[in-house]
Amino acid sequence: MSTVTIDKSGPTRKVKYGSMSRDRTWALRWSYFFLTLFAIFSLVPPFYMLITSLKSSAEISAATNPWWVYHPTFSNYIELLTSNQFLRFFWNSAWVSIIVVTITMLISVPAAFALARMKFWGSATLATGVFLTYLIPDSLLFIPLFKMFAVFGDWTGIQLVNRWYVLLFIYPTLTVPFCTWIMIGYFASIPKELDEAAIIDGASWFQTLTRIFIPVALPGLIAATIFAFTVSWAQFLYPLVFTTSTDQLVLPVGIITTLIKGDVFNWGQIMTGALLGAAPPLIIYAFLMDYYIAGLTAGATKG
Amino acid sequence: MADVSLRKVVKRYDEVEAVRGIDLDIADHEFVVLVGPSGCGKSTTLRMIAGLEDISDGDIMIGGDVVNDVPPKDRDIAMVFQNYALYPHMTVAENMSFGLRLKNYPKAEIKSRVTEAARMLDITDLIDRKPKQLSGGQRQRVAMGRAIVRNPKVFLFDEPLSNLDAKLRVQMRIEIKKVHQKVRTTTVYVTHDQVEAMTLADRVVVMNHGKIEQIGTPNELYHKPATKFVASFIGSPAMNFVPCRLEDVGGKLNVRLTDRLAFTLPPARAARYQALSRSDKLLLGIRPEHVLEARPHAEPGVEPFDAMLDVTEPMGMETLVYFTLEGSQVCGRVSPNAGAQDGSPLRLAVDLNNMHLLNEVTGAVL
Repeated sequence: MSTVTIDKSGPTRKVKYGSMSRDRTWALRWSYFFLTLFAIFSLVPPFYMLITSLKSSAEISAATNPWWVYHPTFSNYIELLTSNQFLRFFWNSAWVSIIVVTITMLISVPAAFALARMKFWGSATLATGVFLTYLIPDSLLFIPLFKMFAVFGDWTGIQLVNRWYVLLFIYPTLTVPFCTWIMIGYFASIPKELDEAAIIDGASWFQTLTRIFIPVALPGLIAATIFAFTVSWAQFLYPLVFTTSTDQLVLPVGIITTLIKGDVFNWGQIMTGALLGAAPPLIIYAFLMDYYIAGLTAGATKG
Repeated sequence: MADVSLRKVVKRYDEVEAVRGIDLDIADHEFVVLVGPSGCGKSTTLRMIAGLEDISDGDIMIGGDVVNDVPPKDRDIAMVFQNYALYPHMTVAENMSFGLRLKNYPKAEIKSRVTEAARMLDITDLIDRKPKQLSGGQRQRVAMGRAIVRNPKVFLFDEPLSNLDAKLRVQMRIEIKKVHQKVRTTTVYVTHDQVEAMTLADRVVVMNHGKIEQIGTPNELYHKPATKFVASFIGSPAMNFVPCRLEDVGGKLNVRLTDRLAFTLPPARAARYQALSRSDKLLLGIRPEHVLEARPHAEPGVEPFDAMLDVTEPMGMETLVYFTLEGSQVCGRVSPNAGAQDGSPLRLAVDLNNMHLLNEVTGAVL
């Protein structure tokens, strides 16, 4: 057998990718710097809420270091969680959000499918119109909406104002347009051949939607669901305007109206209530984070 | 299974006529390939047969029934798409059985059909995988499997191999032919690749500008093209066209290419072209394999001439030579031993027994 020797004595100059890697290192350093800054900025308020929620009213008003708990207590939590009023707010919020999410999905998914796929006269204009309605701020809409429900009550005798379920009619005006818009983007990114294959396979439009489009666009659906839930859960202006009786209030409004008595702020309980109120969206985000991010990015590049 | 007929089928998009009155009869069990350059209306025609496009005028019949207004699902057809169009959230088995499940076939029947199709396509091992775990060729097999399990009257293929690499394309071409030999379902196949068309088809339909240029078996199209378009589209490298005119010299008919180059036509060809006007502007059509190196004892009708080669392309079993005649580039195929070299002269011969004459204005083959 002959041996083959490979001449390795060629130029041995070390190849430097200096500028590239130096750029990258600096880019990373700056990224970390700003990310840390941003994390501190956004995490200080919840941290302060947590600290305050563990203090008694006396300690809150005492002139001690506000960033430290000297006598931690769960009294705020116990009081709120055993108060029927607070639980009532919580359940009102939960019901409103769950039903609004359901209504939103039932409307916006088929609407998006129709606007994205069943090309009919005016579908493109309608799709843009759907998005434009989302751009009108609720602070402009609440007065005419209130008037509408009041007039509706006068005419029909069905009183919706000051009932928690009036929110089921109002929140979708915020959630449906945006979710429809997101879903149009998703559905549009699904190749046309996929529904053609389904149609040839014998699927109706409805079967194409339920058996092909919804499973394929699941990340988008989850992103839209999370959005609808967050909007419903955190909405403040509409419930403040439309509901006044204590038993009809949802959490954000309930905390403000019942825990601030005149000029007396029950800070410990307000912070506890806010923290407890932030928990459900947080839990949902934590579980669906992967889907949510996948959903947002897919929508961004393909939509 | 069924025959398919198109009668004066027209497709208009607003002002543009994509398909301009097509007549086509496809027999039961036949494998017909629609071929043409992009934008020639071949895919539109296929999609009209599938029912994915409305027809603007005319009739489409499947199995003798006019299906103009029948929705795709009731036409009993199956289609294979260029990008496979597999349902990404379903396994291979679920993809293949989707149509049957929608029609509420019994589970045992579905299972046996899927198993049979998977066995035929050699994808039995992949049956529980999702499409994204498959290679391009495997995906195309699944797409074919989805068509086969339905046992439809007609298979429609829309450029099914265009997304595959060259080697795989050749392999899948053979697979498709094998499948058709087994199931014998009437097939309409669209491609822009004339090699695919020639190798697969019982009959090829050449389309251009929304019209059918010629329908025929692969051999008919190759040897007896009806128009310049067909002559140039079918065959690779393409047929050469050189401007020429006819002249009578001493009782014989000559075809004159240049002032210094003219060939005497063999008797059979001379008789055929005798009646043509001597003043007509004509094109001599000759395939590269009929421009070859000159041999000492040539057959009758094989006329030698000298050419100055521009470029040569050694292909191994042959060498392609390119030279210029009257401003037209001409390609010939010579033996690798003929000594062809870039920029050097070579004694070539043209086999006029296989020549074509075309009208330069109308493009008709005479």
